[in-house]
Amino acid sequence: MTTDTALLSSLLPAAARVQSQQAWTYYTVDAENWRELAGGLARYDWTLLGLWADVPHVVMALRDNTDGTLALIRLDCPQGHYPAVSQWHPPALRLERSLADLYPLHPEGLPDTRPWLNHGRWPGDDSLIARHYPFLPAEGDGLHQVPVGPVHAGIIEPGHFRFTAQGETVVRLEQRLGYVHKGTEKLLQNAPLAHAAKLLGRVSGDSTVAYALAFAQAAEAALALPVPPRARQLRALLAELERLANHLGDIGATCNDAAFALLHAHCGILREHVLQACQRCFAHRLMMDCIVPGGVAVDLDAAGVSTLQTLVSEIRRRFPELVKLYDRTASLQDRTVSTGIVRAELARQYGAGGYVGRASGRDFDSRRDAPYPPYDQLDFTVPVLSAGDVDARIWLRIHEVEQSLQLLEQLLQNLPAGTLRTDLAHSAAANTTERTGIALVEGFRGDVLVWLRLHPDGTVARCHPRDPSWFQWPLLEAAIEGNIVADFPLCNKSFNCSYSGVDL
Amino acid sequence: MRRRLFKNLLQSPVTLPPPAASEPALAELATQLDRLARQQLGRSLSIRAVDAGSCNGCELEIHALDNAIYNLERFGIRFVASPRHADVLLVTGPVSCNMREALERTYQATPDPKWVVAVGDCAADGGLFKDSAAVVGGVAEVIPVDLHLRGCPPTPLLLLEGLLALLQTQTR
Repeated sequence: MTTDTALLSSLLPAAARVQSQQAWTYYTVDAENWRELAGGLARYDWTLLGLWADVPHVVMALRDNTDGTLALIRLDCPQGHYPAVSQWHPPALRLERSLADLYPLHPEGLPDTRPWLNHGRWPGDDSLIARHYPFLPAEGDGLHQVPVGPVHAGIIEPGHFRFTAQGETVVRLEQRLGYVHKGTEKLLQNAPLAHAAKLLGRVSGDSTVAYALAFAQAAEAALALPVPPRARQLRALLAELERLANHLGDIGATCNDAAFALLHAHCGILREHVLQACQRCFAHRLMMDCIVPGGVAVDLDAAGVSTLQTLVSEIRRRFPELVKLYDRTASLQDRTVSTGIVRAELARQYGAGGYVGRASGRDFDSRRDAPYPPYDQLDFTVPVLSAGDVDARIWLRIHEVEQSLQLLEQLLQNLPAGTLRTDLAHSAAANTTERTGIALVEGFRGDVLVWLRLHPDGTVARCHPRDPSWFQWPLLEAAIEGNIVADFPLCNKSFNCSYSGVDL
Repeated sequence: MRRRLFKNLLQSPVTLPPPAASEPALAELATQLDRLARQQLGRSLSIRAVDAGSCNGCELEIHALDNAIYNLERFGIRFVASPRHADVLLVTGPVSCNMREALERTYQATPDPKWVVAVGDCAADGGLFKDSAAVVGGVAEVIPVDLHLRGCPPTPLLLLEGLLALLQTQTR
């Protein structure tokens, strides 16, 4: 619980400050200072935004929620180890277990040393503990285990869920992920910028626009590359269309997991209309590879503007009726209200982004709180609810659909004329040194963070994409406790965390 | 809800007219399908979808097949919850090392006669991920594949054409 307040900036010695870049300040600290900061995460109102290895360094991104300070903190680890942040701050645990699996860096004092991404299946690595993963014990009278996955009954991504139940009631859920690990970070090393942008667009397919945008913004920060106003506006347009399509699809799909197929059918039609409009305007239903470093690879003509305006007015006309249907169907509400509650304190501690955090009182949206153009010029509100149950997460997404529609109208009204892309050759940064950049972008699921370091020749030296799901998956384990096993699909869908996004 | 349902009665269906079966898919299948097995199955297919490492883009489009616009079930094609009930495995993704065994076991759990459809560019040859040490490669590296439907991701219409081709070769 945060009782004390301390400004992050006051704990960081001025001497550690390396440089400032847009909203971010870069620091290089020593191990003692690193420990202090990790301890501070547990005590103060700070959020861990990410933690990754850049051998021989370890880096973490922090936000001080009292004044909005964003800090990137780097520790040199010449001996190949560093003090594990998860000793003090559990939300870092999976990040550090993954880091230990992939990089020659050892988080000292890691509270859980079981491998995470390493399943003992990689060429040349058949460690027994990874192959025979020991699940955490749960003991008591009449407890039984239900193993589920990695191949699931629905059309979803693979992962293993180990339920311990007493009768119908879930006593413990333990997740085992990493099945779709594709070595994405390794592939990004030494990749040319254009190729890396394509890979980033496939970290989590449902958030392809958000990832491409975050990557582009990080690269532009590193290269000090200006982006034309028209491109910025089109990017926001793509991002809101992606949010709209996902929210519409998932509102219906969540209700479908409570066996209410009617809403699923109607929301599915609306989602399909969004995707068809995207296909017509941008030649790709999911808008993959439309955002590139320097600008956008697509344009929108007058016909496209009118297609999207028609789409917005169609959804405006038809969506309220579906919302009313959700609100007035008692049998459906019976399933969603008070199911799968995420406590506000957990959402705050984990820095849960998106609807998972905002349905549990965490008032954060990077479009407003770490703003990037054109959102600083747009009029929108960030809905926040406090119940933290499946119902609150559905309502939050309903409100966000309404906000996205309003944003789309604003974006379509004032589309500035001009070029679409700045040539990378116009980079204002000297091209003799390594350059780093970072960006935080609001995807439909929450804030996507991308950090990168470029070689002097402009190829990627190291890039780390951090999905919002890192800080949401662990909350699902907490939310399902005390619920019945049969409500798990409903809770899971109301989170809709990405597997590919965290398995990388 | 009643008003909504009444309205649906009066509206014309939103479902698309069926597309023609894909010619290239028919050609690929003609060489692979066993005539006898086709007769045994009749004109229906049960599909089990397996994500063997995809970025979830392909899953989104496979999901779309089930919406009212594409309405896959009108052709007698449906998704089932277990490989034991399936005739077709629809496999996506470059096969990750961590999913290899699960895919093999799913294949073994599917009764004969069975077909494997590899969906997406990654499933064809590993796609953008083919050079990764954590990835085995395309689906055909692990289990025999009868039909490839390419795209990143393939559109629902393309998936529909491919699956209809599979049905046609069965009933010919």
